[in-house]
Amino acid sequence: MTTSTTTGSTATGSAATGAATDPRPRFGDLLAAEWIRFRSLRPMPWVLGAGALVLVAVNLNAARYTYQHTGPDGPPPGSGYVGVAVNVSFTGMSANLLMLLAGGVGAAVIVGEYTTGMIRTTFAAVPDRRAVLLAKAGVLAVVMLGFGVLVSGVSFGLAQALLGRRHAGVSLADPGVLHAVAGAAALAPVCALIGFGLGTLVRHAAASVVTTVLVLFLLPASFNEDHRWSAAIAHAMPFTAWRRLAEADPTHVLQPPYPATVTGSWLAFAGWAVASVLAAAAVAHRRDV
Amino acid sequence: MSALVRCAARPSGGTVDGMIEVHRLTKRYGRTTAVDDLTFTVHPGQVTGFLGPNGAGKSTALRLILGLIEPTGGTATVGGRPFRERPRGLRHVGALLDAGDVHGGRSGRAHLWALARGNALPRGRVDAVLEEVGLAGAAGRRIAGYSLGMKQRLGIAAALLGDPPVLLFDEPLNGLDPEGVRWVRGLFRRLAAEGRTVFVSSHLMSEMEHTADRLVVIGRGRLIAAETVTEFAARGAGPDGARPGASVRTTEPGALADVLTAAGAAVAPGDGEGALVVTGLDAARIGALALDHRIPLLELTARTASLEEAFMALTADRVDHPAGGAR
Repeated sequence: MTTSTTTGSTATGSAATGAATDPRPRFGDLLAAEWIRFRSLRPMPWVLGAGALVLVAVNLNAARYTYQHTGPDGPPPGSGYVGVAVNVSFTGMSANLLMLLAGGVGAAVIVGEYTTGMIRTTFAAVPDRRAVLLAKAGVLAVVMLGFGVLVSGVSFGLAQALLGRRHAGVSLADPGVLHAVAGAAALAPVCALIGFGLGTLVRHAAASVVTTVLVLFLLPASFNEDHRWSAAIAHAMPFTAWRRLAEADPTHVLQPPYPATVTGSWLAFAGWAVASVLAAAAVAHRRDV
Repeated sequence: MSALVRCAARPSGGTVDGMIEVHRLTKRYGRTTAVDDLTFTVHPGQVTGFLGPNGAGKSTALRLILGLIEPTGGTATVGGRPFRERPRGLRHVGALLDAGDVHGGRSGRAHLWALARGNALPRGRVDAVLEEVGLAGAAGRRIAGYSLGMKQRLGIAAALLGDPPVLLFDEPLNGLDPEGVRWVRGLFRRLAAEGRTVFVSSHLMSEMEHTADRLVVIGRGRLIAAETVTEFAARGAGPDGARPGASVRTTEPGALADVLTAAGAAVAPGDGEGALVVTGLDAARIGALALDHRIPLLELTARTASLEEAFMALTADRVDHPAGGAR
C-alpha cells in the first residue's frame, strides 16, 4: 500500500473553508444516500430476487390446482369463481411468506447499522437523526412497494392467464379485483416498515426478528371477531387487513357479525406504516448511540 | 458545489470557526461517572493530543462533542454551536471514532459515496480521499475483508470527505504499520498547518510526543492537564511529577555515592565503569556536591524526564484497571 503526500493538496484544501459555505440541507440528498446504502448491501438483491420467485411459484401452484379442477366449459354459474380466481392469484400462504420476508428486510436495514456501529458514523455525518430515519424508511417503503407490485402483479397476471383458458379468469376491471391486487402489493412496504420500527426499538438482530414475528403473526391470532371491540382490534392487524382487501367478492363468503371494511383495512395499513416510522424516528432522536 | 471550490489559503488559526469548547461536561451511567466536569478548549491550527489511560473517558468525551450521546451536564460546542444542531455534519467536523463503525457488507467506495451523497458532496471527493489515504486499489472490495489498518485508513478518508475545519480522531494509530503511522503523523501536521483543528486521542504518550502541539490529559473522566507539550514535559521534573535526576561517571563511585546518599538522593549503579544513576537531585546540585568533596567527575548528564514519565506520574493514581492491582 503506497500513500502519496503530494496528492494531499487535492484531497484537502489549503484552508478550513467548509463551514462558511454549507449548502441548504435537502432531504433528497439523504434519500439518495440511503438508496446507495440499500443497494450496496450485497445480499439484498439476492434475498429480494429469490423471495419474489418463491412467492410467485407458491401462487402459481395454487392457480394450477384450480385450473386442474375446473372443467373445460368453465366454472358453474353462481359458484363465486371471482373470489377463487383472486384468492389463488395471491394466497394466504404467500401473504404470510411476504410478511416474514418484508419484516425481516425492514429490520435488517436498521439493525445492521446498529449492530455494526455504522449508525455512529451515519449520525456523525448527518446529525439530524430524524431526517436520516425518515430517509431510510422512505427508501425501504419505495423499494418494498416495487417488490410488492412486482410479486402481486406477476402472480395475478400468470394466474389469470392460466385460469382464462378455463373461462375462470378475472380482470383488474372486475369489481373488487384491483383492491385485492393492490392490497397484496401494499402488504410488503407495510410489513417492512413494521420490521424497521421494531428493529430500531430493539436494535438486536435475532430479538427484532422474533419481535416482528410476534407482532405480525401472534398478535392478530389473539383477537377474535366475536365482539365489537376485539373485532376492531383484529381488523386493525396487517394480516387481517390484507385478508379483507383480498376478498374481491364477499357475497359468497360467510361474514362474521362485525365485518371488516375495505376503507378500514387501508387505514390500518397506513396507521401501522406511519406509527412505525414515527416511533423509530422519535426513539433514534432521543437515544444515545 | 461551490463549497468544494478551492479558495486561496486563508490566514490560519484564531478563528472561532474551528474551536472546540467543552464546559463542565459530565456524563454518568448509573453510578459510574465516565466524564466528570471536564472543561477545556481545543484551538485551530494545532494538533491537540487527547491523552489518558484506557477507560479514562476519552471516547465518551469525543462522542459527547459529536452529540452522539447526551451529556448529564455541561456543554460541548464546535465553532460555537452544539454539533447536533447542524443538519449535516461532514463539512463542519470530520471524525474517526472507531474504525469498526462501518457495515462490512459494503465496499469502501459505496460506504464513502453514501456519506458524501447525504452531505451533498460531489462524487469526486470520494476518489480524492481514497487516493489520499492509499485505498484506491481496494475501494471496490467489501469492507469486511479489510485489515484493521485499512479500516483506519477508510475512517480517515471518511473524516476528510467534507474538507472540514475540525477533525476528531479516536486512537487512529491502532493497527497501522510503521509506514502508516508515519503517514498519519504527517497528515495531522499538515491538516493543522492548513489552519484546521486536529484533536487526536491516544493512551500512549509516545504516539503524541512528536505529533501534538498541545495536550489535554484526563484520568478517570477528570481533567489532569491542558497545556503545551513543552509545559507538560517540564512537569516530569517538577515537584508534582517524577523526581529529577542525572547520570554521572566518576573515578570514585563509592565516595560519590556516599555523598549523594547523605544529601538525600537515591543512587544506583549505571552502565559502565564508575557510572551512577542518581535520582532526587538535579545535575547542578550533584556537580556542586562533587566539587565540595573534591571528587572528579568524568561525565554529568541531566536526565530530563520524558513525556512518557510525566504522563505515567500524573496518571498513575487515575488508572481504573491497573495490572497486578489488588484482587
